Amino acid sequence: MIDKFYSSLQAAVADIKDGSSILISGFGEAGSPVELIHALIDQGARDLTIVNNNAGNGRVGLAALIAAGRVRKIICSYPRSSGSTVFQELFRAGKIELELVPQGTLAERIRAGGAGIPAFYTPTGAGTPLAEGKEVRSFAGREYLLEYGITTDFALVKAQKADRFGNLTYNKVARNFGPIMCMAAKTTIVQVRRLMPAGSLDAEAVVTPGIFVDRLVEIPDPVVESALISQGASYP
Amino acid sequence: MSQTQTHAGLARLQIAQRVAQDLQDGAVVNLGIGMPELVANFVPKDREIRYHSENGVLGFGAIAAKGEEDPELINAGKKPITLLPGAAFFHQADSFAMIRGGHIDVCILGAMQVAENGDIANWSTGAADAIPAVGGAMDLVAGAREIWVMTDHTTREGAPKLVTRCSYPLTGKAVVRRIYSNLAVIEVGDPGFIVKELAAGVSLERLQELTDAPLHVHVSEPPREILL
Repeated sequence: MIDKFYSSLQAAVADIKDGSSILISGFGEAGSPVELIHALIDQGARDLTIVNNNAGNGRVGLAALIAAGRVRKIICSYPRSSGSTVFQELFRAGKIELELVPQGTLAERIRAGGAGIPAFYTPTGAGTPLAEGKEVRSFAGREYLLEYGITTDFALVKAQKADRFGNLTYNKVARNFGPIMCMAAKTTIVQVRRLMPAGSLDAEAVVTPGIFVDRLVEIPDPVVESALISQGASYP
Repeated sequence: MSQTQTHAGLARLQIAQRVAQDLQDGAVVNLGIGMPELVANFVPKDREIRYHSENGVLGFGAIAAKGEEDPELINAGKKPITLLPGAAFFHQADSFAMIRGGHIDVCILGAMQVAENGDIANWSTGAADAIPAVGGAMDLVAGAREIWVMTDHTTREGAPKLVTRCSYPLTGKAVVRRIYSNLAVIEVGDPGFIVKELAAGVSLERLQELTDAPLHVHVSEPPREILL
């Protein structure tokens, strides 16, 4: 029988090793798997390379992982949100590496990685400082940059509903990077609000087919990151 | 609304209202982070506009009222929004396929600098200790059919944002078609900044003092007053 559900967050993240590369879903707090990230902090893996759109807010979730000194390098598009102070301090102190990638290029690199495409050409960033060191090729008179697909050891993703096969639905714009990140990791770990009986998800409404998902944990009432931040919370 | 309004000129919501006047019925319009987010509060009478936010929603409406906020329903600037009938959600690769694939009619961006040749800089000052943050801006300037800029005419310190050449690192080359500032509506074309409209009480001479590139007018079509 196929059953991808794990009984605890701890068990789901237990084998993440030092030096791992990890995709983490979310655009700001929407779609951020805060409980999985906190379990990763408890687990202790370090020297991590993290791919996320942002670089965390306040001192919870991704920001707490960074503050704990576990992240060697972050690949993201927008690390300058108003609450990204932890990243900004470490970056200015030279204690964390940043690879800045335009958001659409980041998304396509993840999608390509998950789809078995090693590299592709995109017009985004041509003629700007972000083109430095990249192969440039002209198609029909326009310049394009060669960008490489991203695959990682793990993905930590937040979704709405799942069945034991790993089929997923999402909630509103919390979908953002979830579907493509599920595709691009060797091991994809998803926290969901509701475990549904097998067969109860409408096959027409499944957003991520279970083939892209390895482990599921049910978190019925996930924390709201912005509420934690406004309370001044920090983790651990 | 405006903290930056000095002497004559439009408040931020008024600039947003003026931008929305120029959106055509049926247009798909991406709204960038910052001031452009306000444009979603306006849809001109008898027109349907589909607002797109690159974090994965098409067909959203005004900013959510107090008490109605949903942390999983936000715009690119991470502000809570509302949905209009017929809205759709999609993942990031699809959202940027819409952008890069040429399916967005107009994108409205904020800017640190715009040059008279249409260059735009809005992601980094290039300073040694600056935190660079590009988000979707480079994809948008590469893929949207038209780029309009919505901005205060000068920085908080009073320095011109409309310049001869951008001194900050570029987001895109020769892409900006129009500028809506608190003081004027300006077309970017040949031979550069062409003033189409001026805010009430703002003279062309005053506008030139606040602009670091020569302003032009079409003799046959002198600047009108901005009407809301």
